[in-house]
Amino acid sequence: MRILLVDDSKTMRNIQKSVLAQLGYTAVQEACDGQDALAKAPGFRPDLLLVDWNMPRMDGLAFVKAFRLVNRTAPIIMVTTESERSRVIEAIKAGVNNYVIKPFTPDLLSQRISETLSRFQAVAAA
Amino acid sequence: MDHTFTRPFARSIQNVFSMMMQLPVTIGTPRFEEHEDDRFDVSGSIGMSGDIAGSVTLALSSSTACRLVALLSGEASEPDSPEFSDAVGELVNMVCGHAKGMFVGQRISISCPSVIVGRGHTVVRSGKAPCVVIPCACDCGDLIIKVALQTRRAAAPLPLAASPA
Repeated sequence: MRILLVDDSKTMRNIQKSVLAQLGYTAVQEACDGQDALAKAPGFRPDLLLVDWNMPRMDGLAFVKAFRLVNRTAPIIMVTTESERSRVIEAIKAGVNNYVIKPFTPDLLSQRISETLSRFQAVAAA
Repeated sequence: MDHTFTRPFARSIQNVFSMMMQLPVTIGTPRFEEHEDDRFDVSGSIGMSGDIAGSVTLALSSSTACRLVALLSGEASEPDSPEFSDAVGELVNMVCGHAKGMFVGQRISISCPSVIVGRGHTVVRSGKAPCVVIPCACDCGDLIIKVALQTRRAAAPLPLAASPA
């Protein structure tokens, strides 16, 4: 399981990496913004992406839209402080599969990751 | 004092610290800032624009910041390191971003955080919005939130969203 973390904060990436490690996922690639993620995604071929919204250079929404042009299947979880309903809908329309609002507890992030992966594995197996 | 602008930030810092660091925060009595010559070691500011505009700053001592950063990131870092500024910036980002969501029906954008680390610096804000200081206390030490915001258009009173559990 290869997981791409896209967040301009190294602190937040480390927090997410720690949760992923507890779930047993250690094949993690980091990107500091949407452009960086677009450059790294083809070589890394992620099975799951955790993407922040507000980032310099290219934000998470723009990244998701660009990424979905070349990859329609890898699940994307948006992890962001953007909590307004209209923003959540905008993200889902762009191709986000699940949503975590900051701040979060490790348990909540862990639960969202597990449920997202379970859903996609069930679809893949069908 | 009208707490329309202060209450979301007080709730937000309690939620952020509780969820991310399991750290309870006690909120003191907000007061209008009379002088801008209070001195801090670490500050992180975010600009807000849209229906409500201005700036919000988290200001604290070096020792309090070091304890908070260690708790949030899981490892100690020196105040002059990029990791330290990054962690303070993420804290400010979460506090402001979470508070933004409580201003229901308002279009608000927030900037990327800017962090200043330097012993005894002052935080001077631009604009004419009155600044309210919210004192906060936690096991890592004391800190303040400086909220200098004003409404940019005529709007109905701001309803507050329910605080998350």
